[in-house]
Amino acid sequence: MLGLYRFLKYSAILLWSAFVAGPFLWALTTSFKTSEGIVSGATYIPWLQYKPSLDGWGVLFRRGGQGIDIVDPYLASLTVTLSASAISLVLGTLAAYGLSRFSYKAGPIKNADITFFFISQRIMPPIVLSIPFFLMLQAFGLLDTKLGLIIVYVALLMPIAVWVMIDFFHNIPVELDETAMLDGCRPVETFFRVILPNCKPGLVVAGLFCLIFGWNDFFFAFMLTFTKTQLLPVAVVALNSSVTPWWSLSASALVSVAPLVILAFVVEKYLSRGNLAGAIK
Amino acid sequence: MLVSRQKLIFLLPGLLVLVAIIIFPLLFTIRVSFSSWDVMYPGLDWIGGKNYSRLFSDSRFWESLQRLAGIAVGTVVIEYLLGFGLALLVWKEVRYKRFFRVLFLVPMMTTPVIMSVIWRTIFHESLGPLNNILGFLGLGQVPWLSTAGMAVVSVMMVEIWQWTPFMFLLLLAGLLSLPKEPFQAAAIDGAGPFRTFFMVTFPLMAPISIGTLIIRLIEASKIMETVYVLTSGGPGTATETSSYYIYIRGLRDFQIGYAASLSVTYLVLMILALTILAKFLVRAFISKDKA
Repeated sequence: MLGLYRFLKYSAILLWSAFVAGPFLWALTTSFKTSEGIVSGATYIPWLQYKPSLDGWGVLFRRGGQGIDIVDPYLASLTVTLSASAISLVLGTLAAYGLSRFSYKAGPIKNADITFFFISQRIMPPIVLSIPFFLMLQAFGLLDTKLGLIIVYVALLMPIAVWVMIDFFHNIPVELDETAMLDGCRPVETFFRVILPNCKPGLVVAGLFCLIFGWNDFFFAFMLTFTKTQLLPVAVVALNSSVTPWWSLSASALVSVAPLVILAFVVEKYLSRGNLAGAIK
Repeated sequence: MLVSRQKLIFLLPGLLVLVAIIIFPLLFTIRVSFSSWDVMYPGLDWIGGKNYSRLFSDSRFWESLQRLAGIAVGTVVIEYLLGFGLALLVWKEVRYKRFFRVLFLVPMMTTPVIMSVIWRTIFHESLGPLNNILGFLGLGQVPWLSTAGMAVVSVMMVEIWQWTPFMFLLLLAGLLSLPKEPFQAAAIDGAGPFRTFFMVTFPLMAPISIGTLIIRLIEASKIMETVYVLTSGGPGTATETSSYYIYIRGLRDFQIGYAASLSVTYLVLMILALTILAKFLVRAFISKDKA
């Protein structure tokens, strides 16, 4: 009975692992193919089923001329995502701390309403804001620039930072603040000297979420940039619409998703804890 | 006094930035929705509610909403069941527990459009691995992206692959934060695993379940990128979600005014639907709690 249960449990785990890993393994093997390895139907094992080649990977780094330049979009994606995430994290953490410790009032608007305003921004479908964003950035001359995208992404990411951090602060005992205040610290000092050093797990999770949603956004990058600035998802999807060489497509896809996948394994210990627990109550 | 001034230092920067970035575009969209702005006459004239009366008889829009509701609710329910199941699997002692916990998260770390491009090659009817494997197992070939029904299934499959990890992450975090005492009490009462799950685990997880379901429903109500890459809304309009339809009207046909009215209607309906769903979920889970 127990043996059967264990068998079923590990089968389920392995089955789901295969489903999760399948697309990556397929992309990995495809990235070493040439057109012969593709047009004759699905093949999986190099040397045995097809002759592996490095063409798919080679074109990614051949700047200019032949091939797809993936270096510039990569750097652009890094700049935009990191800047927007950093700004969102700073502003979001400050706001979340304020909302969790003090009471604000402006007419009928109270803390709960402000919190709701922050978090509810996630409900906004990108398409609703795309046209005004386009015109707004055009008016400020920020269309097709990194700065323009950073501004847009801050609006996208800050709600996530507030959402994760507000709950994190709720779980830090208020006594910690009060002790510091009794010692004569002003609120700003209390925050930076006492609270912030204890925030690492929350900041890691909030930061990771910002990076995920920033790095992976396609729609705004697609709408608001054209030639001068091109982000990674737009560059890769552009390959899809032309005559598609599956090998370079696969190679570029793997290179694009690698950083966050690696990061996930690095910060694993923060993710598997109960930190996020009450974040959604 | 000092405190009250200092507390604004925390809140105001973030709040003002967000209001500045979001509110003006939103107000602008509402204003544009009362204009006839299109590719021939770009400009803010005032045509009253004409766009809104037009969308009332635009069956393609209403069909896209129904389709979106079906796809969103369907995927989120499946994601919840799978995510909860997976979280339970790696909650207690399992070999290589930490490795599997991260592996299960990987899809949500990846870029949806980029993975959709890979999925498109997987779904390829003659050259893709999916039909190849089905053939190997002696099963028939499936026209994944070229028939209406299967195209919807394909889109849902990619969405489930991408976002079950998010459910899994929040539900696992919830499970790990549960108090130990109720489980000890259940063990003393001699409750088996099924009884323990339905009498202890599931009720304790009700608030977290409601939260994750609502968050995922919000995100799922925006589905469009997978559709854009996998099917472009087709075949016909079989996988056209509301966002994608608005995209076609606004940015392909350049009927900016009309697309704005669709956007406003879509947003209002989404908020209404999600509020009702949230109320419904709370009641469903709480009544189960008492039963």
